[in-house]
Amino acid sequence: MARTAANGHLKPHLNQNGLKREDIKRNGYHNKREKNGPGTCVASRQHKQESFEQAPMYVAVMTYLGFGIVTLFGYFRDFLRAVGIEKCHLAQEREEQKDFVPLYQDFENFYTRNLYMRVRDNWNRPICSLPGPVFDVMERVSDDYNWTFRFTGKTLHNVINMGSYNYLGFAENNTDFMKTVAEKTSQYGVGVCSTRQEIGNLDIHEELEQLVATFLGVESSMTFGMGFATNSMNIPALVGKGCLILSDEVNHTSLILGARLSGATIRVFKHNNMHSLEKLLREAVCSGQPRTHRPWKKILIMVEGIYSMEGSLVRLPEIIALKKKYKAYLFVDEAHSIGAVGPTGRGVTELFNVNPADVDVMMGTFTKSFGAAGGYIAGKKELVDYLRCQSHSAVYATSLSPPVTEQIIRAMKCIMGNNGSTEGIRRIRQLAENTKYFRARLKEMGFIIYGHEDSPVVPILLYMPGKVVAFAREMLERKIGVVVVGFPATPITEARARFCLSAAHTREMLNQVLHHMNEVGDLFCLKFSRRKHSSRPDLHDETGLELSS
Amino acid sequence: MNLREYLAWLYYQYLLITGIYVLEPWEKSIFNSILFSVITMVIYTSYVFVPIHVRLALEFFSGIFGGQPESTMALVN
Repeated sequence: MARTAANGHLKPHLNQNGLKREDIKRNGYHNKREKNGPGTCVASRQHKQESFEQAPMYVAVMTYLGFGIVTLFGYFRDFLRAVGIEKCHLAQEREEQKDFVPLYQDFENFYTRNLYMRVRDNWNRPICSLPGPVFDVMERVSDDYNWTFRFTGKTLHNVINMGSYNYLGFAENNTDFMKTVAEKTSQYGVGVCSTRQEIGNLDIHEELEQLVATFLGVESSMTFGMGFATNSMNIPALVGKGCLILSDEVNHTSLILGARLSGATIRVFKHNNMHSLEKLLREAVCSGQPRTHRPWKKILIMVEGIYSMEGSLVRLPEIIALKKKYKAYLFVDEAHSIGAVGPTGRGVTELFNVNPADVDVMMGTFTKSFGAAGGYIAGKKELVDYLRCQSHSAVYATSLSPPVTEQIIRAMKCIMGNNGSTEGIRRIRQLAENTKYFRARLKEMGFIIYGHEDSPVVPILLYMPGKVVAFAREMLERKIGVVVVGFPATPITEARARFCLSAAHTREMLNQVLHHMNEVGDLFCLKFSRRKHSSRPDLHDETGLELSS
Repeated sequence: MNLREYLAWLYYQYLLITGIYVLEPWEKSIFNSILFSVITMVIYTSYVFVPIHVRLALEFFSGIFGGQPESTMALVN
């Protein structure tokens, strides 16, 4: 926030859609900052704002103990199933095929069969309403320990939603806001029935791409129907054999899949660790390809804006300095950070005051902050024109559906402040305020929280498998829906509950969640933090006033 | 009431920490009975054997440190 105050321009930019970037270039503020060095002041500030506190040693011991005991029982149950005492609920070959090569791999499913199945009522919960700040969950019970479920017919109403990626609250069904979406649906229908290359290129797609390019401050952009497919199908078009990909340790599966599909060499650097990245870059530039020592055709650094499991922000100024020094290309996946960070919601480039032309490939999704579906890739015009012909997704995948496209257009116009409305800025400020409040209160209560202070993704560490499951069930009893994640999405000792804050959450909802978190934290002994946090008086306002613009 | 609630909470913590919470009731009973029998055996063994071992150890060590004069006196006597 101090950076925008120094810039001095915020309100006037609401009416000038794409002019903020030019203004920044004119006043020269960000140029000066880059000359000072690879963002050293920014780096130290970010370092202070991110925290990855380690839990006491007994917690790790107890986690391994819990996993060990359940593994032993897993072996025991497998033995009973093999001997035939217990009925096997999983897929098995027919009697006649028992001598063939096995079709179903028994041991690889060990973890799924013996741990996940016991507790899988905490995932895939069916929802029967809009995934807004509150939603309705269908109640389901299991008679045979989660192998099969049945619905009781009851619905749990008004469960507070702390799991949906609804950062700016655009997942809404307010008919006033959705008027244009309804109009476009009645004009174009819902199905596109073709790919972009053939006959599925509608004029609203062109309009959307123009709007995305203006929003991000780049030359041009291209949109795709699915966020995951944007990564996995476009990275093979950008790099191939003979290229090097340097990817962060905790990158998303879509990036990893795209990198593997491309056939390039992949090297992994430690999460957000610039020394590790620089070491890899130096080694790559000096030694070249593995056996022939020819220089690499391309070096692509793949990072994300906000990492969804850690809640940490990328160190963008330092990476840009490294990229310029070693002449590599940069791919930033802003799935969670577009619309959610930055003073006007433009993502990490705005947060760090970086010229968007420095990032070679900007990728993002519309699923999270815009309440729609799909993804985009933006950058220079040559890049996007190349992708239009060469990417699998562009050529073969069906294009975005018209109501979804119109939803993205209206959400983006709202954020950019179309017609001088302040609704977009209000939402962004509300999200920033909710984030600061929620994180500060949780830290004060004594939970271990990972990530940067400004990130709306809040992972709370729970560590032990029994507590993870009990936490999810207890919170649903108290009418709060949370998402818990364990192995294999996280390291085995660091199971967590991930809260996604939204601009649509009111202060009362957050207070209710915090109150229940406090009780559950005491009930289950989840407050592992050993740091002292003083309680700040401005966090607890009794009157419940909300900051509005 | 308060003591009963406290014991119930302690039992709940034990279930969560050891990971038994996710198992089916008959598996919980198996684990609890095994753990209970192991603890009982440890207590019984320590009750029966630890005093004897402690006494023997004390005799051994006192034999080393003050042993020379005692044994010669015993010989003379």
